[in-house]
Amino acid sequence: MRKILLSTAALAAIAAAGEAQARDQIRIVGSSTVFPFSTAVAEQFGNKTDFATPVVESTGSGGGLKLFCEGVGENTPDITNSSRRIKSSEVELCATNGVKDVTEVKVGFDGIVLANSKEGPKLNVSREQIFLALAKQVPVDGQLVDNPYTNWHEIDASLPDEKIEVLGPPPTSGTRDAFVELVMEEACESFPEIEALDGDAKDAACATMREDGAFIEAGENDNLIVNKLKENPVALGIFGFSFLDQNLDVMQGSQVDGVDPTFDAIAAGDYPVSRSLYFYVKNAHADVVPGIREYIAEFTSDAAFGDDGYLADKGLIPLPEEDREEVRSQANNLQPLSL
Amino acid sequence: MTDATRGMVEPQAVGRPLERLLSGPRPSFDEANELVRKRYAREARFRMMGLGAIIVAMSLLGLLLLSVATQGYRAFWQTYITLDIALPQEEIDPEGTGGPDVIGRANFQGLINDTLYAMFPDVEDRREKKALRGLVSSGAALDLRDRVMADPSLIGSDHAFALVASDDIDQLVKGVIDRNVAESERRVKDHELAWMDVLEADGRVETRFNTILFTHGDSREPELAGIWGAVVGSFYMMLVTLFLAVPIGVASATYLEEFAPKTRLTDFIEVNINNLAAVPSIVFGLLGLAVFLQVFHLPRSAPLVGGLTLTLMTLPTVVVATRAALRSVPPSIREAALGMGASKVQAVAHHVLPLALPGILTGSIIGMAQALGETAPLLMIGMVAFIVDIPATPLDPATALPVQIYLWADSPERAFTERTAAAIMVLLAFLILMNALAVFLRRRFERKW
Repeated sequence: MRKILLSTAALAAIAAAGEAQARDQIRIVGSSTVFPFSTAVAEQFGNKTDFATPVVESTGSGGGLKLFCEGVGENTPDITNSSRRIKSSEVELCATNGVKDVTEVKVGFDGIVLANSKEGPKLNVSREQIFLALAKQVPVDGQLVDNPYTNWHEIDASLPDEKIEVLGPPPTSGTRDAFVELVMEEACESFPEIEALDGDAKDAACATMREDGAFIEAGENDNLIVNKLKENPVALGIFGFSFLDQNLDVMQGSQVDGVDPTFDAIAAGDYPVSRSLYFYVKNAHADVVPGIREYIAEFTSDAAFGDDGYLADKGLIPLPEEDREEVRSQANNLQPLSL
Repeated sequence: MTDATRGMVEPQAVGRPLERLLSGPRPSFDEANELVRKRYAREARFRMMGLGAIIVAMSLLGLLLLSVATQGYRAFWQTYITLDIALPQEEIDPEGTGGPDVIGRANFQGLINDTLYAMFPDVEDRREKKALRGLVSSGAALDLRDRVMADPSLIGSDHAFALVASDDIDQLVKGVIDRNVAESERRVKDHELAWMDVLEADGRVETRFNTILFTHGDSREPELAGIWGAVVGSFYMMLVTLFLAVPIGVASATYLEEFAPKTRLTDFIEVNINNLAAVPSIVFGLLGLAVFLQVFHLPRSAPLVGGLTLTLMTLPTVVVATRAALRSVPPSIREAALGMGASKVQAVAHHVLPLALPGILTGSIIGMAQALGETAPLLMIGMVAFIVDIPATPLDPATALPVQIYLWADSPERAFTERTAAAIMVLLAFLILMNALAVFLRRRFERKW
């Protein structure tokens, strides 16, 4: 019994100490896509300056913004990474919880690739063809029917005579959201049968992936998808460009609308399936938690997010030079976001 | 049953020997032999199936260990490139103060770059120069700085320093990156291969035991990433768990088993402790988030909170194991102690508990080993995070070993694959060690009654 009392007392003492101690390191949460870049900056920042290395958690874009908008104070994160722009509903949530001024920093682009093993054929597909291969319902002879295609060849004679088998991320993933938005929803507009539907029915038809085994949800881990593709040359996978970049000796990216997923094509905006990456800063924390301004300066320096910066080595596709100038001045002045 | 039917063998009863024995005539010698043969055959089949199950399980385990070991062994070596670096007094410490803050601010990256440029004077293109600088890791300059700060007498002359090679070069030297594929598909380009060939011919490239893996915290550069931060984080968590789960668990089990009256309430508590042992671990994480972070406002990502959460998870295991151990102590011990005039507390504390100790220790160690391998509850309390600094106290942000494995497995850099496997090997080694300790303690102190 005395032991219990002792340990409880010790616990209370530690808890009290924890309360009194002010936070001296930056806390970052958010997107798993931005995570590798954010952590690289955090590490450089920790090495170059006398501030503590920021703690970066990978919670997903939505989860990060939720934590970020919980309020102002030591127990809430200072920065959240996002692989999509903040939604107006999230800005409102932030505002109701007292997070009024938020600075948006756009850091670069990320390409989403459709790739397969080098042993398989290289594909050249259009977004419409991807839609026909992966949507749950597709238009056939003016009617929306359950996806009948099982072979790429059936969709278009120019495509190889191979079974449709695509491994992709689950709905919880930001990569999946972006893929649906940039490929499925874009392609959907070119089918008059789907355009004719109204509101919700149209959204559902555009965003629903097939569930009959041709599209396989392979988990959040892109490395896992790459490994499965190495084993199975017929299958294609959907994942972030950095994973293709690291595995170019065994994997090949399919051309989408005639453009190869290369670093330069994504940077120039020619490759259609690319999205912007962001991070958001809580302005109210900037003068309370030491190092936030310096962290932003490090992230937006040319040594980091420039054309030849260390983030480009990690697979981040840089913004054009004039955009970088603008982002840098807005970010360093903590210019609040207005949607 | 009449005598007339007794002599007949009904065809449908052939397959049901027991029924036949009961209802039919006494079996003949041959029939009985046949039954015995069948019984033996069934027994043999059962044994074969059991043996088969063990073979399947063992071969799967073997496959797992083999794949981890074949991928992971490479991570225990790291490529170093030896460069003769000039350390001019005027660039590092122009006034000769020898003060660490002056030396610390010197541009060591510049010194490394100059050495490389001097070795390959034909390299002029900006991108090529960048690739040349990239042969050695970005962490090499920090390492060089630390070495010069530790021994300022090096300043003013040339010295050979072995510098950590970058991850791609390391993978090339280890043969993971194939020289023979086309240049556009290779992480290491042709000119880098040529430089490496020159350096190798000079005897400047060597692989050494990878101490970084065991002494550094996490890093985004695979060659600088280590598990020490995670090991320390796990250690603090285990410490908190040990000092909370074991005393509380043993005390509650002893009270329930030895002192508490058997009422509906104690029955209810007993059932619930058994239920708790089966609750998925993520639920304890949610509980930890709600209680320790949101009510008590303890710091996020701290091993203290992780330890508290794992304590909740480990408690039922300790309680159940302790109660089983107490129950296995024969009542005669208690009765003898009470008969000699000992009080109830004396009987329990002096006789029953010491005799139950091996069982309690085994249960506690196995519970701790379980807690060591958990990631799910840590996710909710912010311990699944990129943390570079080694935690100095249980209140500093930290991760744990299994979390480090999870984070590395998710990283795009190819060199993290082998480090993931190496970290798995280290975690497995700790788990085997803990389980071996449990077996040892049981063997050493076990009493047969």
